[in-house]
Amino acid sequence: MSETYEILTIKSNEQAEGRFTRPSVAARTRQDRAARRAFFIITLLPVALIIIVAVALLIRAWPILSAYQLSDLLFSEVWKPGEGKFGFWPFILGTVWVTVVGVVLSVPACLLVSIYLAEYAHAATRTIAKPVLDLLAAIPPVVYGVWGLLAIVPFVDDVLAPLSDRWLGSISIFAVNQPTGFGILAGGIVLAVMIAPLIISVVYEVFSTVPNDLRHASLAVGATQWQTIRNIVLPQVMPGIIAAVVLGASRALGETIAVLMVVGNVPQIPTSIFDSAYPLPALIANNYGEMMSIPLYDAALLGAALVLLVVILIFNILSTMVLQRMLRRKWA
Amino acid sequence: MDAHIQVNNLNVYYGRQQALKDVNIEIPKKQITVIMGPSGCGKTTLLKTFNRFLELTDGAQITGEVLVDGENIYDREVDVTEVRKAVGLLAQRPSPLPMSIFDNIVYGMHIHRMKRDRREYKAAVKHYLEIAGLWDEVQKRLHDPATSLSIGQQQRLCLARGLAVEPEIILGDEPTSALDPISSQNIESRLLDLKQNYTTVIVTHTLRQARRLADYVIYMYLGEVIEAGPAKEVFTNPKHERTKQYLEGLF
Repeated sequence: MSETYEILTIKSNEQAEGRFTRPSVAARTRQDRAARRAFFIITLLPVALIIIVAVALLIRAWPILSAYQLSDLLFSEVWKPGEGKFGFWPFILGTVWVTVVGVVLSVPACLLVSIYLAEYAHAATRTIAKPVLDLLAAIPPVVYGVWGLLAIVPFVDDVLAPLSDRWLGSISIFAVNQPTGFGILAGGIVLAVMIAPLIISVVYEVFSTVPNDLRHASLAVGATQWQTIRNIVLPQVMPGIIAAVVLGASRALGETIAVLMVVGNVPQIPTSIFDSAYPLPALIANNYGEMMSIPLYDAALLGAALVLLVVILIFNILSTMVLQRMLRRKWA
Repeated sequence: MDAHIQVNNLNVYYGRQQALKDVNIEIPKKQITVIMGPSGCGKTTLLKTFNRFLELTDGAQITGEVLVDGENIYDREVDVTEVRKAVGLLAQRPSPLPMSIFDNIVYGMHIHRMKRDRREYKAAVKHYLEIAGLWDEVQKRLHDPATSLSIGQQQRLCLARGLAVEPEIILGDEPTSALDPISSQNIESRLLDLKQNYTTVIVTHTLRQARRLADYVIYMYLGEVIEAGPAKEVFTNPKHERTKQYLEGLF
């Protein structure tokens, strides 16, 4: 630091001295610039990291990407590494099913909670409820996994599956083909609870970007609170809600341990929420480091990781873009 | 006096702090009442008790009665939305709803299902924009966003929006303080025009505006009503020392 300072001072002495170019001033502005550059570089690090990870995955997955057609890898249904068959499709579908079920279960409840907290709750309720909700996010995923294993899987097996079999069995996505409790629904329920704090806190923040003047303008003509929310607030926050959902979904896409503990891990094409599935993160976590003598196995798993990374990146970028536009919007 | 609003033993607390102390006043029908006083004296708090807006503030507690046409609006059975329909509010800053000029006027009428079809709504929009003195300026751009209007136009739009739900009382919370002089004058002359049909209550911190508008004056200081009476009497011959000092600009 002191070295930099000296260099800067010497340099600034070479300049012509005017009212605004006194050496001390020049030194300070230069320091300022140096600091700004340093912070810029530090900020770039995470970006660089993502690029490095993506490139590394690409390089390691290259053997399989060059041995097979990309469309074969992505859409082929058979996963038999011993026979040289590497189809990602069951895993991609497994990921999508679990995520969609999780998001569908989570979003309605999250919306109601955030609307209540942001619009109806007293300040006192809010100061208690918000931190408690945030605490949900601090529970380690493995604990959610154990909870899923001990509570949700039996609940699905003993309660939900028989109910669904009796009333909804004729609809294929609710059919009970493998009555074990382990499966997409159990994974989805666990995920729904895990992504709830994230969705709630983002939606809550988005609601608070709507100025009170707007609410008051609506209330002042005799609208009820619900009419005000429905007609004035919700249309304003819709993009933010969508962004929050996408953010929750991208978290769900990548969730590994809690899901793999309850989802059954069978590489098949699921047709019902009671079927077992095998999401991409579970595939990688369960198998990486084992049976690595099988040719191309390592490359296949890292290829799966690459697919997951690309999907999550796209999701994240989309949601961040929408959110930032929301938060930056002027409410003149 | 033919009182439209009657306030009995009204006390308001924000947490432990008392904002209004035992207020007893009457507000005459179809006149302009001006509430004046130094900042922090409870003018706006008093105004907000008239359309039950005070309960939107966390921690505000109210005791006492506010009677509108003899009916206590704080009674349990009272529907707050009906109160706010009858007692319109013109806010300090214009707050157009994020929709078109046309829809801003229609909003309240639609909520109360006041018109039957689009033709009736169209006629009503024209009518209230004319009353607010905005029709000529916006008739060609009714479906533009309301935020595209100038701030003075926005305030007249808010006036029209409030009038469209057919209130009997208009409250104005320093309704010209965010406006330029010409827009302020415009709003003031609207209020003067409207006073034969509406009971109007205006909070202001400018003495000159009070003199221009008031038929009846309430002077407040530190949460108490010091003096209330017809404007002529209060302005020419204030009974209280504090009122006199305020009118002379001593504080």
